Amino acid sequence: MKRDIENHVTGISKFVDDFPTLDGTLEAYLFYSEKAHAEILNIDYASALKSEGVADILTANDIPGENQIGGIIKDEMLFAEHEVEFIGEPIALVIADTKENAKKASNKIVVEYKDLPVVTDPREAYEKGLLIRPPQIFSGGDVDSAWSGCDVVVEGKVDSGGQEHLYLETQASYAVPTDSGLKIYSSTQSPTVVQRTISNVLNIPMHRIEVDVLRLGGGFGGKEDQATIWAVLSALAAYKLNRPVKLVLSRMDDLKITGKRHPYSSDYKIGLSKDGKILAYEVTFYQNAGAFADLSTAILERTLFHAANCYAIPNVKATGISCKTNLPPNTAFRGFGGPQGMFVIEAALHKAADVMGIDVDILQQKNLIADNDVYFYGQKVENAQAVNSWQTADEKFNLDKLKKEVRNFNEQNERFKKGFAVMPISFGISFTNSFLNQASALVHVYTDGSVGVSTAAVEMGQGVNEKIIEVCSRTFSISKNRIKIETTNTTRIANTSPTAASTGADLNGNAAKIACDNILERLKIIAAQELNAKDSEKLSIENEQVYLEGQETDLGWDELIQAAYLSRTNLSSHAYYATPDIYFDRDKNIGSPFAYHVYGTSFITVTVDCLLGIYKFDSVKIVHDFGKSLHRLIDLGQAEGALAQGIGWMTMEELVQSANGELKSNTLSTYKIPDIYSVPDEVIIEFLENSENRFGPFNSKAIGEPPFMYGIGVYFAILNAMKSFDPNLELFYNAPITPEKVLLALYPEVKV
Amino acid sequence: MAQKINFILNNVELSVESATGKTLLDFIRKDAKLTGTKEGCCREGDCGACTVLIGEIINDELHYKSVNSCLYPIGKVNGKHVVTIEGINSDELTPVQHAYTEENASQCGFCTPGFIISTTGYLLKNDKPNIDSAINAVAGNVCRCTGYVSIKRALNDIVEEMKLYDNSDNVITELISKKYIPEYFSTIKERLKRLEIIELKESNKTLIVGGGTDLYVQREDDLKNEDLVFVSADAAEKIYKEGNSIFITGSTTFQELAHSDVIKELIPNIEEVNKLIASLPIRNSATIAGNIVNASPIADMTIILLTLNTALHLNDNRTVPLREFFLGYKTLAKSETEIIEKIEIQIPEGKTLFNFEKVSKRTHLDIASVNSAFIISLEDKKIVSCGLSIGGVAPIPLFLKETSAYLEGKDLDTETIKGALKIIDKEISPISDVRGSAEYKRLLAKQMFKSHFIKLFPDKISVEDL
Repeated sequence: MKRDIENHVTGISKFVDDFPTLDGTLEAYLFYSEKAHAEILNIDYASALKSEGVADILTANDIPGENQIGGIIKDEMLFAEHEVEFIGEPIALVIADTKENAKKASNKIVVEYKDLPVVTDPREAYEKGLLIRPPQIFSGGDVDSAWSGCDVVVEGKVDSGGQEHLYLETQASYAVPTDSGLKIYSSTQSPTVVQRTISNVLNIPMHRIEVDVLRLGGGFGGKEDQATIWAVLSALAAYKLNRPVKLVLSRMDDLKITGKRHPYSSDYKIGLSKDGKILAYEVTFYQNAGAFADLSTAILERTLFHAANCYAIPNVKATGISCKTNLPPNTAFRGFGGPQGMFVIEAALHKAADVMGIDVDILQQKNLIADNDVYFYGQKVENAQAVNSWQTADEKFNLDKLKKEVRNFNEQNERFKKGFAVMPISFGISFTNSFLNQASALVHVYTDGSVGVSTAAVEMGQGVNEKIIEVCSRTFSISKNRIKIETTNTTRIANTSPTAASTGADLNGNAAKIACDNILERLKIIAAQELNAKDSEKLSIENEQVYLEGQETDLGWDELIQAAYLSRTNLSSHAYYATPDIYFDRDKNIGSPFAYHVYGTSFITVTVDCLLGIYKFDSVKIVHDFGKSLHRLIDLGQAEGALAQGIGWMTMEELVQSANGELKSNTLSTYKIPDIYSVPDEVIIEFLENSENRFGPFNSKAIGEPPFMYGIGVYFAILNAMKSFDPNLELFYNAPITPEKVLLALYPEVKV
Repeated sequence: MAQKINFILNNVELSVESATGKTLLDFIRKDAKLTGTKEGCCREGDCGACTVLIGEIINDELHYKSVNSCLYPIGKVNGKHVVTIEGINSDELTPVQHAYTEENASQCGFCTPGFIISTTGYLLKNDKPNIDSAINAVAGNVCRCTGYVSIKRALNDIVEEMKLYDNSDNVITELISKKYIPEYFSTIKERLKRLEIIELKESNKTLIVGGGTDLYVQREDDLKNEDLVFVSADAAEKIYKEGNSIFITGSTTFQELAHSDVIKELIPNIEEVNKLIASLPIRNSATIAGNIVNASPIADMTIILLTLNTALHLNDNRTVPLREFFLGYKTLAKSETEIIEKIEIQIPEGKTLFNFEKVSKRTHLDIASVNSAFIISLEDKKIVSCGLSIGGVAPIPLFLKETSAYLEGKDLDTETIKGALKIIDKEISPISDVRGSAEYKRLLAKQMFKSHFIKLFPDKISVEDL
């Protein structure tokens, strides 16, 4: 078997828009609202219907089932009928012979709107009572009575901006009518959500809808919930017209109408003892949810869970308010609300250290969480690596030396200043909705000894396929070349949880391992018969050869499989895994929702040109807790890629909206993601040794999201550099820290 | 409208009936059904997923360059060789593909063919590779997964391996023998010569395309079904000196300009400046005249040329000074059918110093919030002549006439600079937009002005002084 990556480098890997289309395939274009909030008075489709190549235009009236695609909360219609609440809200689907003709026709649809008030700011939405659901409070200890015992109390406001996923493959779906229903080729992280939502909209049972996912050209959470609508639209068209229908978004539409990482505005209050122990922390998060719930409430919960990052704080009160605004519904993005929560506590500590006149890393280190501490929402800490990773980073990279180098540089330079920051992380692994923590796998061993594996995991570049190959290869002890990972398909693996929350390799790897073990047990019984051994327990397979009591035998994998087949042994297994020991009581907001946490520490150095307000990233040095890595290069790549995205979120990636809710940064020339020159000059990522994890296959740990949060440190490193240029600098916590914000803060006197 | 365009796509001679304005990307994906070249990314030349190589014979030698096929009209490949990822592939991975694989320098795979093409194109162009120029060659390729660290490792492996070879031979022969490109590349030169090249018709005299890198971003829908006017790119000598002037043919690309020795005499760091301006595939296509007529208030090359005494020679023998060419936002002192044939720069007398500053959200390959160029000539302490231009602070790319005049004849000192800052304040009129607020641009323009002096005269002017 060729590795996936070999198909990538030769351009053989196909994505939805690359699939050969069937004869008679039509293409769809979405007609959507150009108003952020308005009443629809009238829509005229007459001219569009007569437009060249148009097959049909579908609206709410054409939906056989429910006009509803909301996942957690049923608040989002597939097609707007009387009112639109964001720019990009679907109104109708135009289907034509080509995408070009569909788009042309869509330009001929005339809507008469009556403008309604537009809200884009979450605090304003809160003032007006526009909430997705009532506020949620997580607390531990008693903050109210703790303040009087604090020597230092600091309060402030923190903002963080949204972030566009910018998966390189835009949203895409291809729906094909079959004898019994539909087959959907979707670029989704959630095949079952796609299947269930189509079933609901078309009013046909789920078993008539087959969803197939080969791979995604990037997801990052942007295709967890928001791939669904495109699949549903293409399915509806294919179902109504009985023709294959393809729907692929242009980049500009994708930027304009799909949701992003949630912007947050937050208030904090932190209290410390004079020796630097955090005694109390109170925080209120105003989450900008956009027009509909999407995954916002789950994301807000994860913000609350990560409100204290990796610090042990006896008294915490964290309030989350999901605010309804007239923006496209914001959605999952790597970290899932965690980064927004962690940015606030880091800002609070930064400000407190400034007030106390000490280096913030002293506060950070003093409060690291350790075994037998309790996360403030009630989870007891086990197998903590916060202190270990900090100390290992210090040993490897020498914290004091790095700080001293920065100080020396700054004493000698006027225009350029360096800044240093430490960013330690703790990130909980598991879906916080406990029921999602389940997966199944289907493993077939074919008579020639080759193996096919199906799981619920969707490959989107994170390397989950190679990790599952690794798991199966180690379990059977056969060559990886024998193992193929099949597409993710709802007819082979039903009721899939989304590939999200960094859990893909854990859940599906564990399920695949159980399936392989099941087959292995049966194979050992056959091997015992073949070798006339009494006890199959004494048999093992190593490097495709059967061993008996540690001695190699003549029986190889190929012969063993043949023998098993001829003696009528089941060479397939469907296995199921559910994460043990997790729960969360939603009435009390107390529990142990995570299987485990991932830890690590990063040291970050930047240089700011204080004349022009621009900066560069000198070095990021990380010790990260990978557990026992299943695949070091894949894990390293995940950490490096997450770091770059985190840096992008904190610095150059700025979503600019006008007051009427229109996205101004709606192209790649106005929304900049890191390029090859944006990478820190030096990136060193060390693997924390001897970290065990009973929840991950072969003691591995989840990797997708946690390293994203190292990027947060860049914000503080830049701020520290600015502070050494201007000791009177008014500290501000408003990410992203663009060159504009840097320059205007360095020269406040010119502000109008 | 359709007409016959003859070219070689990978290893196959093609004769295609098409409007010349159709993008090469659409042809490759939709007509030729080669899906390794990726679409859907931006159609702006900002991601590089659609990068292909264009081979052409120049001075009897076969040369390749990388271009963004989403911004490249098919009419421009008439008589040329187009190479997609499928045209690089052999039975086994090439050493470039192998290096990316070994370093896991591909995750989701969507951007990867573009990286492989850019890297292979780099090797076809550089017989002495080094890591910095290799990185520059892929800098127009965006990857959202890897964070580029593994890609840098792969590039490093490739460069190190290339260093082991003796590159005395013809680079194409060399790369074929080491299996970086397939065998058939050895036949391309002869096959291109045998290709029948039919002169293309123009259907609309106002649809004039130079590089197309701005035009296709803004107006693809207007262009794709038309037969365009292609500004000829075949002038034998594109940049030359004559008397006291430097002449630049309008169709000269950014990349050609940056490698011109004539220009380097005037602007020694032009290659460094060029790196800030755009990605290599864009620089390979974008023309100097195109940058001027696009009339963006923030056009990098125009800002540079404005500091110099530059005149534009139009195809009807009219000559317009560049500083008088911009009448208002996107309004030019030329008719719809007039084309800039040549750009004439008067070589300044005496020793001049030049500096260019650009600030954008992302340092490289981004459109500036503000950019500025400055040229100055000193005699002892006195400023003999100078030219200051600033982009992004007015409806047009702005030459600061009054500030420049104020500086001339004055001593180079802090007082002079402070006095000039006051005049700059009056001459500029920035507006707030997606690239920054008006107050930011105003501040930045002045900081850049200071930076010109600090960079050019580090011994005389320091940050503290200002």
